[in-house]
Amino acid sequence: MSVAQGVNYLNEDKSLKSWLFTLDHKRIGVMYLFGVMTMFLLGGIFAILIRLELLAPGPDLMTADTYNQMFTLHGAIMIFLFIIPAIPAALGNFVLPLMIGAKDVAFPRLNLASWYVYLLGAGFALFSMLAGAADTGWTFYTPYSTTTSTSVISMTMAAFILGFSSIFTGVNFIATIHKLRAPGMTWFKMPLMIWALYATAVIQILATPVLGITLVLLVLEKAFGIGIFDPAMGGDPVLFQHFFWFYSHPAVYIMVLPGMGIISELIATFSKKKIFGYKLIAYSSVAIALISFLVWGHHMFTSGQSELAAMVFSFLTFFVGIPSGVKMFNWLATMYKGRISFEAPMLWALSFMFLFAIGGFTGIMLGAISLDIHFHDTYFVVAHFHYVMMGGTVVAFFGGLHYWWPKIWGRMYNETLAKISVILVFIGFNMTFFTQFILGSQGMPRRYFNYLDQYQPLHAFSSYGSWVLGLGFIIMAFYLIHSLFRGKKAPDNPWGALTLEWQTSSPPSHHNFDEIPDLDHDPYDYDKLMVVDDKLIRKNGQSEKKETTVN
Amino acid sequence: MSEHTQSNHHILPLKVYLGIAGALFVLTIITVAVSFFHFGELNIIVALLIAATKGTLVALYFMHLKYDNKLYMTIFVLSLIFLAIFLGFTMLDTNFRGEIDVSEGPPIDQNAIIYEQQK
Repeated sequence: MSVAQGVNYLNEDKSLKSWLFTLDHKRIGVMYLFGVMTMFLLGGIFAILIRLELLAPGPDLMTADTYNQMFTLHGAIMIFLFIIPAIPAALGNFVLPLMIGAKDVAFPRLNLASWYVYLLGAGFALFSMLAGAADTGWTFYTPYSTTTSTSVISMTMAAFILGFSSIFTGVNFIATIHKLRAPGMTWFKMPLMIWALYATAVIQILATPVLGITLVLLVLEKAFGIGIFDPAMGGDPVLFQHFFWFYSHPAVYIMVLPGMGIISELIATFSKKKIFGYKLIAYSSVAIALISFLVWGHHMFTSGQSELAAMVFSFLTFFVGIPSGVKMFNWLATMYKGRISFEAPMLWALSFMFLFAIGGFTGIMLGAISLDIHFHDTYFVVAHFHYVMMGGTVVAFFGGLHYWWPKIWGRMYNETLAKISVILVFIGFNMTFFTQFILGSQGMPRRYFNYLDQYQPLHAFSSYGSWVLGLGFIIMAFYLIHSLFRGKKAPDNPWGALTLEWQTSSPPSHHNFDEIPDLDHDPYDYDKLMVVDDKLIRKNGQSEKKETTVN
Repeated sequence: MSEHTQSNHHILPLKVYLGIAGALFVLTIITVAVSFFHFGELNIIVALLIAATKGTLVALYFMHLKYDNKLYMTIFVLSLIFLAIFLGFTMLDTNFRGEIDVSEGPPIDQNAIIYEQQK
């Protein structure tokens, strides 16, 4: 039954064509990984340049117009081309079928199409950069976006196209989770990562079309002068914000929910303990997805929205804190009395918990109208956003990347360098962004090119932090690329995890599993099972299965 | 595409189709007729109700939703609820824009400097 020794999805056919036309979810995931990492590099370079410019007041590196384009590109690239596809489309694509014991996703061709659509969207974004990059900020607010002469249309078209890529992935994941689970894997035996991806997919399908509509309306107004958002033509500029945030607020949960899924896996695996409150964590993912649709107006407290709407949205916003809190406390309770080991992925997970807690709490602060009036459009919002998106999602993404790296490539990375990298990122991140909470509370407005001298020390400190952060990522790039070529061969189950993706070879064969996996345990049965030499062993000493591994 | 697969399962009598077509026609006349009346804030709601009724009739009978797997019906209804949420919450803004809830209470400290300056 078993595949020839050493043949896996990476080496069974090495031609370029076999990659470009592949229907294998693992290869598509890997191609997405290269795509999103390239975009992360690009967006990261813009970020470093922005911070460099802000090192001192006044124009240093670039003109004010270039600065506006810089932060717009940083935001748009990081959001639409990196964070949104990073976890679902890159990591999710790779691990979802493996985790549920399937051979592939439900619609492999749609999966490949989503990658090409992603490339097309990225092409539009790059074209927009060359043709006078948009300077509106990633939110494309009217009336500025309809009046600026920069290439807003091509950038919005990029976001529009990327939306389809996101929807394709969502449709695929929902169908896969419904239809292709291994025998015996009931809904409540699914790993929590799958619940998170499922909730994410629901939002992707429901919310993304609204972004498409919004951007089309924007283009119609800009290109043909149809009055939708322009009051002079009977439109309403605040309506744009309603449209935009109806997508974009749920979209931040598209970004963070799969991150939470990763953290659930990491915490359980590296605490070697049954996850605490499985059902509540699963339900809280769905609850976050649903509540996310009811809170968008909290972005508009100072935009001229009616007081009544502001009150309702503020009230509803607080509800997001409940399922998020449920997750945090359940992870903590999982760690309690666990056998915690501090490998690099676990350090990323712990960073997530620390940073996301700060991001979450400041979100509650911003959800309170009275505080938001003060903090709105200051660095406080920038800091909150980065704590949630980078301290939350990006940190979780890298935790997941390190966790599944041995499975993806069949090679280990340098653990010491990985630990140094995560620690540098953690320190650099807090230096960069905690400072911005203080700047914001002192009144430093966001998106400003210049600032008063009194803010200079904190701005400088924040910029130094960005260098530490950058150094952490450079080290990571070094050891991960080194691992690709020279890394030690990875065992099938280096972390001793119980989910299905670890019960096949590293890297997996083309069909993932030689036999349909036989599911006779829950994903987090660490109280009953342990892994010794890639084999599942019952804790009373008997072998769980005679042959659990492929090789 | 779905029409072809569904028609294998269920064929409706012609009179049902004609009946629905008649109903849609009448509803169209009502749409035009109510546009001459002004219901104030209810204008949008009335227009949307008529449009939603028409859309539902088309989906139920012409698209055979009524005779199909109930899952599709659930998804259809959920999408309507979803749309209602978007429109409803947005109207909480647009219909109450500019209404300021003035809250006036006694000063916390009558002797505060700010009140002296006002005098």
